[in-house]
Parts: sequence; C-alpha cells; structure tokens
Amino acid sequence: MLSSEDLAVFPVDQWISQGVEWLGVHLRPIFLAIRWPVENLLALSDTLIHAIPFPLMVLLMFLVAYRAASLGVALFSAVALVVIAALGVWDEAMTTLSLITTAIVICMLVGIPVGVWCARSERVWRVMRPILDIMQTTPTFVYLVPVVMLFGVGTVSGEVAVVISACPPLIRFTYLGIRMVETELVEAGHAFGADHRQLLWEIQLPLAIPTILGGLNQTVLTAMVMSVVVAMIGAEGLGLVVLQGLGRMDVGRAAVGGIAIVLLAMMLDRITQKLAQPSVRKRKSLFKRLLNTRPANT
Amino acid sequence: MSERLKIENLYKVFSSSPERAMQLLTAGASKDRILAETATVVGLNNVSLSIPSGAIYMIMGLSGSGKSTLARCINRLNEPTAGKILLDGEDLVTLDENQLREVRRTRISMVFQHFALLPNKTVIENTEFGLKLRGVSAVQRRQRAEEVLAIVGLAKWADHHPHELSGGMRQRVGLARALATDADVLIMDEAFSALDPLIRTEMQDELLRLQRTLKKTILFITHDFQEALKLGTRIAIMADGQVVREGTPQEIVMDPGSDYVAAFTREVDRSRLFDARSIMQTAGTLLVQGNTRVVGNDSASAFVLNTLGEAVGVLDSASLLAVGGGADALQRLSTQFVSVPANAKLVEVARLLKPGLPVAVVDCDGLFLGTLSSAHILDCIASVAAQRPNAAEVAQHA
Repeated sequence: MLSSEDLAVFPVDQWISQGVEWLGVHLRPIFLAIRWPVENLLALSDTLIHAIPFPLMVLLMFLVAYRAASLGVALFSAVALVVIAALGVWDEAMTTLSLITTAIVICMLVGIPVGVWCARSERVWRVMRPILDIMQTTPTFVYLVPVVMLFGVGTVSGEVAVVISACPPLIRFTYLGIRMVETELVEAGHAFGADHRQLLWEIQLPLAIPTILGGLNQTVLTAMVMSVVVAMIGAEGLGLVVLQGLGRMDVGRAAVGGIAIVLLAMMLDRITQKLAQPSVRKRKSLFKRLLNTRPANT
Repeated sequence: MSERLKIENLYKVFSSSPERAMQLLTAGASKDRILAETATVVGLNNVSLSIPSGAIYMIMGLSGSGKSTLARCINRLNEPTAGKILLDGEDLVTLDENQLREVRRTRISMVFQHFALLPNKTVIENTEFGLKLRGVSAVQRRQRAEEVLAIVGLAKWADHHPHELSGGMRQRVGLARALATDADVLIMDEAFSALDPLIRTEMQDELLRLQRTLKKTILFITHDFQEALKLGTRIAIMADGQVVREGTPQEIVMDPGSDYVAAFTREVDRSRLFDARSIMQTAGTLLVQGNTRVVGNDSASAFVLNTLGEAVGVLDSASLLAVGGGADALQRLSTQFVSVPANAKLVEVARLLKPGLPVAVVDCDGLFLGTLSSAHILDCIASVAAQRPNAAEVAQHA
C-alpha cells in the first residue's frame, strides 16, 4: 500500500533553506544596502519621537488629528495617549510609533512609485501582481525566518518585515486609484497635448489621491499589526510587552500591552481614515479654522 | 471658403494586426463578414471628407456608425489604420509623438460629451488647462482664461469647482477650455448630447452666436439629426463606418439619396429648414416695354419690373394678354402682391402670405429674384418635394 510518506520525496524545505542561505552569503552587500537607509531612518524617527516630551506629544497629536480629521478624533487621540501613559508603557508605545511612522514613510517612498509604475505598464503589473499576492497571503510568521537570516535580529530587521507586509496595500490602491481615473479625463489630457509627466501630475495622481490615502490607511493598520508580531524577532515596542507578558504567563502585563496597541491603532486609523475622505481635504488652514468658531460650510 | 481639413481614404480597424481585415476591406468585404472571419471590428471604411475652413461640419450617425471613431482619429486619440488626415495640407497620420503633441496643444482642441472637467481644479484652472500644458506663463494663461470665460458668460464662476455648476454651465467650461488654446479646429464629440433638451437648444444657439465671431472650423459629432440640421454648414451622415450622404442640410433633406437617410429626413420640419430662395421658381422675361420688363413663369401672375429690377406690380392672365396685345403694362398692373425676403424661412413666409395674392421673392436690396406660390410652399413642407431622388443617385448611395 502506497502511503503519503512514500511520496514525500521533494526536499523543498532544504532547497529553500539552502537558497536563503546562499542569498545571505552571496547577496550580502545588497541586503546591507537595504538595511542602511532603514536603520538610519528608524534611528532618526526614534530619536525625534522620544525627544518630544509627553505633554507636547499629546498636544501635537491633538493638533494633527484636529487638522486631519475632526475635533472628536482629536479629543480621542489626546485621551488615548494619556491612557497609554497611565498604563506605564509610554516609552514602548513611542518606540512602536516610530517603528510605524518609519514604515509609513518607507512604504510611501516605495509603494506609490511602484503603484504608478504598475498602473502605466500592463507588463509590470502582470509581474507585480503575484508578488503582491504572495506578500499579502504569506503568514507573517513564515517570512520572519528568512528576514532574520538575511537581515539579522533586532528592531531594524523587524522594520524590514513591517515594511514588507505593509507595502502591498499601498501599491494596490495606488494602481487602482490611477486605473480608476475616468477614461474621458485621461483622453482630455491627451487631446490637449499632455505628455506622460503632465498626465501623471495634472490628472492621474490628483484624482487618485483619495484612493491612495485609503491605501495608506490600510498600510498603517497592517504596519500596526506587524509591529507587534516582529517582537518575536527582537523588535522593541509594545509587541515586546505582550510577548514578555505571554512568556512569563503574566496576563496583566500582556493585557496592558494589548490595550495600548488597540488605542494606538484606533488613533492612527481614525486620523488616516479621515484623510481619505475627500470632503475633509478642502479645509481652510488650521489657523483660520481656529479663529473661526463656526463650522466650515463647504 | 478654403479647405481646412481633408480626410482621404481613412480606415480604422480595431485590431493589433489589421492586415488581414484591411485586405478584405479593400477587396470590398462587408463589416459583418470581416467581423465573422477575422473577429476584428471595422470602425471606419474608406472615409473621405473635405471640411471647409470656418464651417460647422456635422458628422451624424447612430451609435456604432463610426462617427466618434472618425472624430477621435483626427486628433489621433484613435490611431487610423490607413489613410490621410490633412490639416492645411500637413498629414497628421505621419506625425511623431512630439509633433502630434504640438498639434494637439495648438491646432486642434476638443469638447467632450461628459465635459471631462477635472473635479479638483476650479473653473478657471480647468479653462487654462490646455495653456498650462503648453507651458504658457501663469499670468498670461490666467488672463487668457478670464477672457474666454467672459465670452462663454461664466466670468463670475471662475473660482468655483465644476461640481457646483449645472450641466450646461459645465459644458460652457468645456467649450471655454477648448477655445482658450486658440486652436483653429474644434472637435465637439456629442458635446450637447448629455444636456437637457432646453439647455441643449440654448447651447446650440450659443455656439451659433459664438461661431459668428470666432469662425473656427468645427467638427461636430452628433446622433441627433435635428441638431445636425440646426448647426451644420454641411452634414456627413455615417453608417457602418462609411459616409452614406454628404451635403448641406437643405440638399440632404431635399434629396436624401437612400432609404437610410430618408428615415432621418422624414420627420424634419421643412418649414424651418428651407428659405424662400431655396424653393422659389425663377421667372423668365415675357416681354419688354420701354423701361419695364414683364417676367413670369407657368404660375398665373406675371411681375412687372422697373429698370432697377424691382417688382412694381403684377399682371393677372387677362391683363397679361392685353399687355401682349399692346396695352401699357404700367397702366394695367395691380400693386396687390406680397414681397418676401429670399432668406426668410418658409414658416416666416407663411406668415407674410395673403390669400390669393402672388408672392415675389426679393433679395436684401429689394431686387426681384423669383416667385413662390402657396401650393408650392405647402408641397415643400409636406415633402411631396418637387425634386424626387433620381434613380442613379439612389443606386450610388444604396
């Protein structure tokens, strides 16, 4: 009788291990080159965010949320930050915040141009699509191992993992946003003699912005989730609090980490979600709005 | 009028490898057969047109007739498969990307069916869009945009966004944007089709008003035959990618040439289309008496003209006989007749008619041109038309 074990002759696991090992040895300069900007950006944002005193940070987030979203979101953000501080995980939360902001910056720098490229070339999109599928469907734990093998352990390689998982939504939404621009508008651009650059900057990108911001919201949330998971490869932050709590069977500690994560996630989600709603983008300047107590009539 | 745009043997086959379909087409295969054999759609099949400068040239056809394809081939939003498009003698089909862009920026502009305004830009920013693409300085293009917006009557709306405007106003912005680049050729692709009937009429009048001063060469695509009659200097009617009839509105209504075209012309209000000149009967000199001339045709009355050629009176058949016998025409004439200007539409002529009185058609200087009888006017309005399509023409257009 043929058993399933008899068929298990494909040593795929070995091939992949060897492949990753080979990559790690032979393409080391490339991975170092990727690591360098990530490391520096992360260091910069970490220093900046930790340098801001607690009350100033609360005020800053309040103003950002008020400017980008609404008074309600602004109040929620302030309260959330105060609660996080009260839970005693302020420093960890700020580390997570810097991890996420860095990831967002890198995702925007990489994701939007790649999305634009995909939208403009059917061939690029055909190559990119399965890669995005793999990036998004692969369980996050699975690629922690190759990331560790290629980039080492610690916060920086954690950041790389965060970027890998958070970037696909932004690429997809950018692609979608540009593709969804009405054909008549693109034709109008052609008919009036727009070149490729003008078509992109005058028509496609401005009209795709609401969709791209929707993608940004997805990116923020994915980064948030991933920033917790990467605690397992040594990244610091709130994820580490949860992981330590779990490791010591300390339910309280794990829950504190969890609550702080949820609050931070909700705050970031509300702010970026409002960004994506076009009606809110045409607001007067913050200064004018603060002077004018009546609600903006648009 | 000189010729601005000339289209010669233009073909468009929607396919990445159109060779086979082109072979069949030039061999005379039908659109349906090519679709069946090669699975390619024929958009244009050997279209040749000559568009005079300063004309509103209407391309009329039902959906799928290839009218939009033709318009889009002219600024090459659709690439023609074969043929020539000559703009002032320069073949647009052979232009490279840069030259084409230059033509689109300066020579040909376009108005779209659904306006195609950029929602994130204000009315004035939309208006100056073409100039911005061309690299005109911010101050200059703003100035020009303000001028054009004033022409279309939207100066007050400059800083609003398109979504705050009604459909008719949005299309005015579309028109202003097209006019701002000062292109001599304007392609209007179903420009008024998305508007309410009342607004559409208003926009048609507006276009006619603007055209009197602008004198652009306008290529206007429409599926509405009434619109084609109202706006068109000339009309080309398309079906299955071919031009089936081409001519002035009067020519086409008078002589549709085929059943297909006749289906459109049947419902036309002829009384508003034809003027007195187009259906009047000319009169030949019957006799000359000193300085007066008596002219007439087979209608009952003869007109007496003075030396200048103005009609001074009419002679009924009895008087005419008497005058023929030697009586003085000036003594026997009656001044009971009606003069109508040659450019008066039949509906206006009908208002001027008085029962039983003969009608003289006069030009703007009052000179006698011909006669009209009420029976003849009624005939024309009821399309029992004097001129029936002759057999040769029917065969040619069938």
